[in-house]
Amino acid sequence: MTAHPPVAAPRARGRSRRAVTSFAAVSVLVCGAALTGCAQQRDSDVYTVMNSSTDETYHRWDAEAMARCGERLGVTVEQQSVPAAQVMTKALRMASSKSLPDIVQFDASEMPTFAEAGGLVDLRTLGLSTEDVPEGIVDFGSYRGTYYGAARSVNTLALFYNKDILDEAGVKVPTTWDELRETAKRLTEGKRYGLALSAGGAEDGVFQFTPFMWSNGGDETDLDSPEVVGALDYWKALLRDGSLSKSTVNWTQADVNDQFMAGNAAMMINGPWQVETLNTKKSLHWEIARIPVPEAGADSVGPLGGAVLTVPRTGDTERERTAGRIVACLASEREQLTYARNSWMVPANEKAAAQWRAQVPELDALADQVAAARSRTAKLGAGWSGVSLALQSAFQSALTGQSSEAALKRAQQRATSGN
Amino acid sequence: MTTSTVTAAAPAPTPGKSAPDPARARLRRRVARWGFVAPAVVFMLLFFGYPLVRNVLMSFQHYTPKTFFTGEAPFNGTDNWSSVFQDVLFGKALWHTLVFTAGSLLGQFCIGLALAVFFTRRFPLNGVLRSLILLPWLVPMVVSGIVWRRILDQDTGVLNTFLGTLGLDGDTPWLTSPDMALLSVILVNIWIGIPFNMVILYGGLQEIPKELYEAAALDGAPAWRTFRSITLPLLKPVITVVLVLGFMSTVKILDLILALTDGGPADATQTLGTLTYQNSFVELDFGAGAVVGNVLILVSAVFAVFYLRANRTEGK
Repeated sequence: MTAHPPVAAPRARGRSRRAVTSFAAVSVLVCGAALTGCAQQRDSDVYTVMNSSTDETYHRWDAEAMARCGERLGVTVEQQSVPAAQVMTKALRMASSKSLPDIVQFDASEMPTFAEAGGLVDLRTLGLSTEDVPEGIVDFGSYRGTYYGAARSVNTLALFYNKDILDEAGVKVPTTWDELRETAKRLTEGKRYGLALSAGGAEDGVFQFTPFMWSNGGDETDLDSPEVVGALDYWKALLRDGSLSKSTVNWTQADVNDQFMAGNAAMMINGPWQVETLNTKKSLHWEIARIPVPEAGADSVGPLGGAVLTVPRTGDTERERTAGRIVACLASEREQLTYARNSWMVPANEKAAAQWRAQVPELDALADQVAAARSRTAKLGAGWSGVSLALQSAFQSALTGQSSEAALKRAQQRATSGN
Repeated sequence: MTTSTVTAAAPAPTPGKSAPDPARARLRRRVARWGFVAPAVVFMLLFFGYPLVRNVLMSFQHYTPKTFFTGEAPFNGTDNWSSVFQDVLFGKALWHTLVFTAGSLLGQFCIGLALAVFFTRRFPLNGVLRSLILLPWLVPMVVSGIVWRRILDQDTGVLNTFLGTLGLDGDTPWLTSPDMALLSVILVNIWIGIPFNMVILYGGLQEIPKELYEAAALDGAPAWRTFRSITLPLLKPVITVVLVLGFMSTVKILDLILALTDGGPADATQTLGTLTYQNSFVELDFGAGAVVGNVLILVSAVFAVFYLRANRTEGK
C-alpha cells in the first residue's frame, strides 16, 4: 500500500506534463502554420506568371513560350494556372498577403477592376512599346488612358456554318439580319435548328448579345434604348420562328459548340477558341463568316475578347522591370505568331496579324471582325460586371416570355441603382 | 515557473518527501485539462470565430477590391444592409431559398424513410440494391449538376426523349422556363439527398427492438398503426438529426445551382447562396456579399438552437 502512491504519482504527473507540452506544441504549430504565407520569400531568379491556362494544350503552349523567354532573359519563368473565374479573386487575396506573382494574365474585361484598385504597373514605364499594335488593341489593354495590359492575341465572335448543310439546301451565307432569319428558318428541320447561340446566365450570354446590340447601334450605358430593345426583339423572333432551341437560355458557348458538332445546329455564333475541338471531327466541314448586320452595308461590331499580360505592383522595382521584359518577350511578334497559330486566335501585333492571315486564310473573316471589334469595358471600366448581370437577367426574362422593353427597362434601373 | 523550479531543485525524490500537495495537484489537473481543450479552442477561434466576426464586420464596411491593397475599408453604417434589403433580387432569393429548402427536405426525407423501411425487410439482393442507391451520394455535386443539366435539356435531354417515347409531353422546359427551373433543381437535389436520409434512418430502424414489433403483431395491430406508434416515436431522435443536418446542407446550396442553371433563367433559381457568390465574387462588392452571408448564418443559427433544444429534452 505505501509503495503505491509515490510510484504512481510521479508517473501520472510526468505523463500529464508531457501531454500538456506536446499539445501546446501542436497548438503553436497550428497557429504558426496558419500565419505563414504572409511573409513569402521570393526566389531572385524565379519569376511566376499566373494565368488561366488550365487546359492541357494551353498550359503546354504557355510553358513552352515561357521557357523560351526565360532562356533569352536568363531567368526561370514558372506558370501557375487557376480556373478563369478564380484569377481575379486569387490575385486580390494574394495582394492582401503581399505575395502577388510577378505577372498576371487577366481576362481583358477584368483588368480595369484590378487597375482601378491601384494594383498594376504602367507597362510603358517598364519600356514596353505599343508600336505596331493597332489603336483598338492598345485601348483594349488600357484603363483610363494608361497601358496596363499587353495582349498576345485577341478574339471575337463570328458566324460558324456547316458548309455541307448550306450547300445541300442551296442557300447563301447570310449577311443581314433578314437573311439570317430566313436562312435559319429554312435550315431548321426535324431535330436540327438553323442557328445556335448562348443566352446563358453568365458572361457567355452577354458576350454573345453584344454583337447584336452594338451592330444595331445600341449601347451598354443605355440598356432600355430602342436599339437594344430591337436587338433583343430580334433574338426573340429567332426563338419564335423555332430557329433557336428553347434551351438556348441554358447553354454556355461550349454547349453551343457541342450542338453544332453533333449536327443539331446548322450555324452557330462562337469564337476561335472552339476551332481546336471542331477540327477533331474530320467529317465536319465548317467555315466562318462575319456576324450578320441589321441592314446591308452596316458595320458588324463584335466584342473584343482575350487576355492581357499585366505586371502587378509588388513594390520591388527591380523585379517589376524584369517582369516587364518577360511580358515584352511573351508579347513579341514571334511569340504572338506561335501562340496565335496554336490557339487559332488573332495576333494583336499588326505585322504578326498580317503573317497570320497569310498562313490561315480560312479565318480571314475573323481578322476582319477583330479589326472592327469593341472592348466591353471601354466605356464602363470596372462597372461592367454590374451591367452584365442586369443584362443577363433581362434577356433571359425576355426570351422566356416577358416583353423586351419591360425587361430592359428593369435592367437599366438595376444597373444604375447598383453600386 | 517558480513551481517547476522548486520541483526540479528538489533532491532525488524519496517516497516521504514527494507526498502530493492537494492544492498543487488540483491546479496541475486543471492545467492538464485545459491543455487538452486548448487546441480545440484555438482551432475554433481561428477557423470559426475569426471568419465569423470578420464577416459581421465586413457587412458594415465599404469593402472593395481596393481594400486588398490599402487595407482600408471604411465603416459605412448600415448602407450595405439597406441596399441589399432594398434589392428586389434579395426578396426573390430569400423566397427561393425557403421553397428550395422545404421542398428538398420534405422530398428527401419522405422517400428516404420509405426506402429505409422497405429495406428492413429481408429479400434477395437487398444488400446490392441498398448499395446501388448510395451512388448519388458518391458522385461529387458538380458532376451530378453537369450530368443532370444534360439529362434535363429540353431538346436533346434523355428525360424528354424518354417521356416522348412513352407518349407523354416530351417538350417539358425543365431548366429553361422560369416557372419550372426551381422545381427541377429541387427534384435533382432530392435525388442527391435520398441516400443520406436513407442510410441514417436505416441505422435508426436497426436500433428498434424487434420484440416490440412481435408484440404489436400479436396484438393484431395493422401495419400503419405499428409504424405510427412504434417506428416513428422510437425513431424521433434520429429524425431530428437527419432533418437538422439536411437543413444545414440544403439552405446554403450553391454548387448544384451554379452547375445546373447559374441562378437563371431570369434569376428564377437565385438563392441566398448564389446571391452571396454573385455579390462577392462577380460584382466584387464584398460588403453586400457579407450581408447576405450573415443572413444565411442567422437562419442556420436559429435552427441550430432548435436542434440543441430538442436534444436537451431528449437527454432528460
